Amino acid sequence: MKVNSPLQVYKYLPQTNCGECGETTCMAFASRLIDRSMKLEDCPPLLTDEFKEKYMELESLLAPEIREVIIGTGEHAKAIGGDDVLYRHQLTFFNPTKFAYDVGDTMPEAELVERVNKIQNFRKFYVGNFLNLDMVAVRCVSGDASKFAVAVKKVSETTELPLILCSFDPAVLKAGLEAVKDKNPLIYAATGDNWGDVAELALEYKVPVVLFSPDLDKLRSLAVTFIEMGIKDLVLDPGTYPQGNQLKGTFDRFIQIRRAGIKEGQKEIAFPLMAVPMNTYLVYDEPVTASYWETVLASVFTVRYGDIMILHSLEPYALLPEVHIRDTIYTDPRTPVKVEPGVFEVGAPAKDSPVIVTTNFALTYYTVESDLSSNKIDCYIAAVDTDGIGVEAAVAGGQLTAARIKETFDKAGFDFAEKTSHGALILPGLSARLQGDVEDVTGLKVLIGPPDSGRIPGWMEKSWPPKAK
Amino acid sequence: MTKKIKLSELGSLFGDLDVKALEGVKIEGDVELDLGQVGLNPQMAYALGHETTQIALHLMNISRILGYPVDRMPGSSTTATAPKRLSRLIDSKFSVGRIEEWKNPIQEVVLGATSSDGGTRKSTITLGGENALPYYFDSPMPHRNHITMDVFDMPISMAKAVKSNYEDVMESPAEWAKKVVRDFGADMVTIHLISTDPNIKDTSPAEAAKTVEEVLQAVDVPIVIGGSGNPEKDPEVLEKAAEVAEGERCLLASASLNLDYARIAEAAKKYNHVVLSWTQLEINAQKELNRKLMKQCGVARENIVMDPTTAALGYGLDYAYTNMERIRLAGLSGDQELNFPMSSGTTNAWGARESWMVSSPLKEDSDWGPREYRGPIWEIVTGLTLSLAGNDLFMMMHPTAVQVLKEITRTLYGSKENEHVDISNWVSAVV
Ligand code: SF4
Repeated sequence: MKVNSPLQVYKYLPQTNCGECGETTCMAFASRLIDRSMKLEDCPPLLTDEFKEKYMELESLLAPEIREVIIGTGEHAKAIGGDDVLYRHQLTFFNPTKFAYDVGDTMPEAELVERVNKIQNFRKFYVGNFLNLDMVAVRCVSGDASKFAVAVKKVSETTELPLILCSFDPAVLKAGLEAVKDKNPLIYAATGDNWGDVAELALEYKVPVVLFSPDLDKLRSLAVTFIEMGIKDLVLDPGTYPQGNQLKGTFDRFIQIRRAGIKEGQKEIAFPLMAVPMNTYLVYDEPVTASYWETVLASVFTVRYGDIMILHSLEPYALLPEVHIRDTIYTDPRTPVKVEPGVFEVGAPAKDSPVIVTTNFALTYYTVESDLSSNKIDCYIAAVDTDGIGVEAAVAGGQLTAARIKETFDKAGFDFAEKTSHGALILPGLSARLQGDVEDVTGLKVLIGPPDSGRIPGWMEKSWPPKAK
Repeated sequence: MTKKIKLSELGSLFGDLDVKALEGVKIEGDVELDLGQVGLNPQMAYALGHETTQIALHLMNISRILGYPVDRMPGSSTTATAPKRLSRLIDSKFSVGRIEEWKNPIQEVVLGATSSDGGTRKSTITLGGENALPYYFDSPMPHRNHITMDVFDMPISMAKAVKSNYEDVMESPAEWAKKVVRDFGADMVTIHLISTDPNIKDTSPAEAAKTVEEVLQAVDVPIVIGGSGNPEKDPEVLEKAAEVAEGERCLLASASLNLDYARIAEAAKKYNHVVLSWTQLEINAQKELNRKLMKQCGVARENIVMDPTTAALGYGLDYAYTNMERIRLAGLSGDQELNFPMSSGTTNAWGARESWMVSSPLKEDSDWGPREYRGPIWEIVTGLTLSLAGNDLFMMMHPTAVQVLKEITRTLYGSKENEHVDISNWVSAVV
């Protein structure tokens, strides 16, 4: 965006402090626009005729440096791009990288459907949410437009996930587009050879389109040409090479293009970037090796500016690190890392329920909490104020101590004699060395739990209720 | 998302409004207009008076394409760009500048000393010296990343996938050290003196120092000497170890703000070693400790490496990554208290349950698959992510993880040639 202080934005607002946006002042609203936590549309007065010019000026001032492109329709639509910064600590990255997994049009139907289901059904629980996969990329392997159309149709009947239609043959793309006319798929790809026909398709079907060229002059020429033709929903694929110096070249290009877009404001090249990690399958025959390298490439280009990528491996050892590295990079660094310290109930704890100690590092807390609730263990969790540091580090750094544990229960008014029949608390396995101290300071029976809360159910079977001394 | 309305309906939609912008626009026929591209729907347009301008422009474009006569809108400053058909690509050259702010190189630090420098190592390792973020085209990295593999002074519990590689050497740190260098290609060895912890075996500093001597004799690569993490005991353990390793330029792990860092710094100075300055995910604490090591303890710049803490993928790697990236950017941009090479305890990745648990403890999750493949890739992705943030030295455990991380960091560093691969037909490849 072209502005960076609330004051610059404030000038364009109605300045009445009417409060309709939910903020008490226009200035407060202005800072929410700057940090992109609210939208212009949240200020109703600004939408009236009186302010239409100001609205339009603001809209262009606030537009993200990298164009946001929508793929798919309705509630299933996914946005890519929209970034304003080169490093996540400068604000946050928007629109997490979208992962599309491929299917080929030569796959037998049953296999194709099974694969699509695997893609759309994958989920991994994490900090209160599920991490998922985003799209299906249909590749024309057959070279046959009608076969491709059949596969595209089948995929779109099987899933609501947005599609990427992949072929360098405009006739094939056209057949695919006919099959999913109203679904706003992304088409892949226009090149130096076929660009004229692919541009026609983008205009005719009003779909976003990928431009492919590892030669950045050519890529820029394609982008400038498409913009000139009125096609603005562009995605750039600067070529993902699977190894060696060619891969280093790919890395260079991702950084060069994104720097040109964000730091130098080169609008002609400020579009979302596509990586194709599945190109590792072109060089590695052994499936685990190919999958490993694919995950490595996916990680590199999730960290460095890939907005959408096409992948192949559906092995859990590929998907789990992929969805986690994406979450790592796109988690908003501005959100607090801590939960409120205190004693919390999981389920409906009774007098014989365990009391489990952990830290107030958000991640630790949510992990413990989800492990317990998913396994239907009624209990109390004490989130000790460790300044938001995890168990192991907090023990080493002196933020998790017997005194702080006692303080947590005292502040919460948690009386063991009244709330429990056992007078015991459970320390995390990684803080075993505090056992003696905690016994001395609290006078309670102190049990040592497992080092990972995922093992609490098994631990409970063996060690709970505590044996009388 | 895409709403289609007929031009005839549009007319009635705007009929009640005094729409100046539409004056002079003549529209005939019943053309379908797709408003999806400008992100409007009719209700919105109705509510937003101003957007009638855009709609009018859009109408003009459409009408023009279709050959309907349209006049220019009075008072409109925007030029309408109708989609054009071009027969040739417009020529364009791509160029982008370097980052001017990166003027302050990262300090070079040498680990290990050969006989000519008063040590007994066969070769040394140089960390740091960067003038840009890692692998960036702005300025090539002068030194590649290095990997030091963990060795413990007693058998410890570890993930099954890791343990299976070390079962035969677990009782002997010297054999263990030999194995990681000989079989797994470690650039360095880290000897962790964990048995010195009073809560574990309370091994005496003198005993622990013997282990260090054994390791130094077993291998000829530079070594890292790690304590047990016990803040009371570590300073004396590291001091004694430093003494027996005099002149070897070992990396002493670690000085931190919650122990007697001055004693460790003193030992490093006296016996010619390098200090690992360890803080917990906090850039200001890192600055403070580095400053204290330099100003208060008199440690020379070329004898400091930082460990800003590594959290595993899914367990705080976002903080670890951003903390390191901020430290590196600050260093490159001129912060003389942060421009040191960095080291990562990448082995921490094995603390993530995804790396070692047989299956997910949550019934709601999709199948986690075989853990013997999950573990190493967890260590790889954790290390790789930090390498992109600027980390120089990796402390690691699993041989496959070491091998893959080495390969990818050397690829990005630029020392991996490859046979030319043609990707132009990846779309139709059979996999
Ligand atoms: S709704 Fe608009 S005018 Fe009212 S306070 Fe918010 S920003 Fe100001």
